[in-house]
Amino acid sequence: MSTLDTLTQGQSATIKSFKDTFLSLKLIEMGCLPGETVKLSYIAPFGDPIAIEVSGYTLSLRKQEASTVVVSVNEN
Amino acid sequence: MSNTLPHISIALVGNPNSGKSTLFNSLTGLNQKTGNYAGVTVDKHYGNYSYNQTNVTITDLPGTYSLFPKSMDEEVACKALLSGQERPDVVVIVVDASNLKRHLLLATQVVDLKMPCVLALNMIDEADKNKITIYIPELEKLLGIAVIPVNSRDKKGMDDLKRAILNAKISDTIFYSFEKQKELLPETTSYTDIITSHLALKDIEDSATSSFEIADNIHRFSTINYIIAKSVKQPQHLDKSITQKLDRFFTHKVFGFLFFLLILFIVFQFIFFIAEYPMSWIENGFLYLMNFTAEALPKGQLNDLLVNGILAGISGIAVFIPQIALLFFFIAILEDTGYMARASFILDKLMRRFGLNGKSVIPMISSVACAVPSIMSTRTIMNWKDRMITIMVTPLISCSARLPVYTLLIGIMFAGKETLGVFSYQGLVLMGMYLLGFAAALIAAIILKYVLKTKEKSYFIMELPVYRKPQIQTVFMLVFDKVKVFLFDAGKIILAISVVLWFLTSHAPGNAFEKIEKNAVTQSIPLSEYAINSQKLEASYAGILGKKIEPVIKPLGFDWKIGIALITSFAAREVFVGTMATIYSTGDSENTETLRQKLIAEKNYETGRPVYTVAVCWSLLVFYAFAMQCMSTLATTYRETKHWKWPAIQLVFMSGLAYISSLIVYSVLS
Repeated sequence: MSTLDTLTQGQSATIKSFKDTFLSLKLIEMGCLPGETVKLSYIAPFGDPIAIEVSGYTLSLRKQEASTVVVSVNEN
Repeated sequence: MSNTLPHISIALVGNPNSGKSTLFNSLTGLNQKTGNYAGVTVDKHYGNYSYNQTNVTITDLPGTYSLFPKSMDEEVACKALLSGQERPDVVVIVVDASNLKRHLLLATQVVDLKMPCVLALNMIDEADKNKITIYIPELEKLLGIAVIPVNSRDKKGMDDLKRAILNAKISDTIFYSFEKQKELLPETTSYTDIITSHLALKDIEDSATSSFEIADNIHRFSTINYIIAKSVKQPQHLDKSITQKLDRFFTHKVFGFLFFLLILFIVFQFIFFIAEYPMSWIENGFLYLMNFTAEALPKGQLNDLLVNGILAGISGIAVFIPQIALLFFFIAILEDTGYMARASFILDKLMRRFGLNGKSVIPMISSVACAVPSIMSTRTIMNWKDRMITIMVTPLISCSARLPVYTLLIGIMFAGKETLGVFSYQGLVLMGMYLLGFAAALIAAIILKYVLKTKEKSYFIMELPVYRKPQIQTVFMLVFDKVKVFLFDAGKIILAISVVLWFLTSHAPGNAFEKIEKNAVTQSIPLSEYAINSQKLEASYAGILGKKIEPVIKPLGFDWKIGIALITSFAAREVFVGTMATIYSTGDSENTETLRQKLIAEKNYETGRPVYTVAVCWSLLVFYAFAMQCMSTLATTYRETKHWKWPAIQLVFMSGLAYISSLIVYSVLS
């Protein structure tokens, strides 16, 4: 299992679980649900934060925050 | 207005970026006000309209993603829906029709509060453009409330919405998970109960309500997926090519930063140079008014108070309007188009090291012109701690009011030797002073990052909204609102301090002034008006105060004359030059060349040595760079933090920093 921060640009993954309770509260209400597909759209110029495509919109978050999201990378 | 008409109160709730404020503007027009929520720094926007023989009071609640608040703004919105006094009769839930899934989370939560609700399906045009079809009757059936498609940008659907508000009903449908409620919160009896007990918690982590929140939101989203499958038809892939293309450019390693620099450059040009024209019109207009009033009314104390106390004070407040209006004009456009989120995105890593936020950049650069609009613009920073740090360090950056002081002092220091090779000393030192200000602000930010404690957890989970055309109405309402808030909230504090300063400089104990005037006539060579004014200032309360503080400022190399100027500078830093001109009786403060000559020639009355040595000039320069000598900034900080603690800390910490730095500089150089 990898975490959301390790995706490369354009890669898709499925959210599996969360490692941090507080952040999961925020992430779930922003539409990052277990089972939801996410796609890494952009990485900021200094390598952090990142922007993902989720639930039909674009969400930005820091790498440290993304590292609390466990995902399985989608093969395609 | 007739009071016999029935009256209801409604509240707008919705996610940030749901177009809620634009809808609010469309509903109320100019009938709106800005107030405060008790005890917090969140502004309350409310207004009214009448429709079908009913007066409607409407409150635009701060944007929130859910009823389980994650920030102070969100907490205000949630509490307003639940607490007795503020509780509205009808709730209008505003959702973005082209991003329905996420927006329906809050919508179903609000429906569960069992209050009369209406769903405003906003930005319906955008959904149409994206080929999203929403079956309104189906959605109404599934939610149990009226669903009104609107387009707040062109006021489409406003009449339908107003009608639906008057007929709003409570939904029969319940969305929350009974199962989880029974399992985790058996003592609660309703969803309102759950939210109320969650809001009362001090520490939300590991609480039963938080466990419920996670489980319930997951449950909710599966219901929402069902609702969307039933009532919305949308293409597999939404066409977001324009936003994607723009994002590729705005977040690009090179072009992204270049574009941001261009934006900064434009904003800076406007508030630093262009604003000078309207500012001088305002100043000249008030000068004319002051002269006119002084002549037209009978001479005396009252005339003096009115002209030099009150009118001068109002002039000092009004002069900020151009900079505030221009800065917020740009900020509104940057926010409204969606660009601001991208600027935050590319700058976040850089600014995070200093405990700052990507959104701190614009306030910090703007404060090179003036700290007042900059502090007001920190409203865009959602995170409390990042916002407080930005407010606290912004006044350390050298503003345009320091420029005349710097210029005068540098002119004294380098009289006769203008250039170092190809560079002018003036330019080099001036640049050094600006860099010093930036460095001090960043260092202070790092310190505050460790000192400031907050119960709010810091995160940077932020929506990057799709790009939209800015709305002229929204932009101007914000500019208008900010100017009004400054004039009436910060303005009254500034006016009060102006009057106090006027009193200190224009009054003296006993009949000191009369003696000076009598003396002036009896002298063999009559004293000039300038000399009389100089003697009067020395005899005034401000003069006495200046002499009183001399022992304190002597270690910095300052005499009592500088002491007086330090006190009067509190009105605005550039007043230093004017006060020095009065003290040295050079009269016209525009003519700084004579003042410069006088200061260079000035000898200490005890030692006979020159007063303005290189050490004193550097000491004064550093003092002016750091000291908090601006009542307008303090008043604005109070207005933006709603607590006297913060301006008090600014005053003590900046003045302390100035004192110690000047002490070191003077000791080393002399």
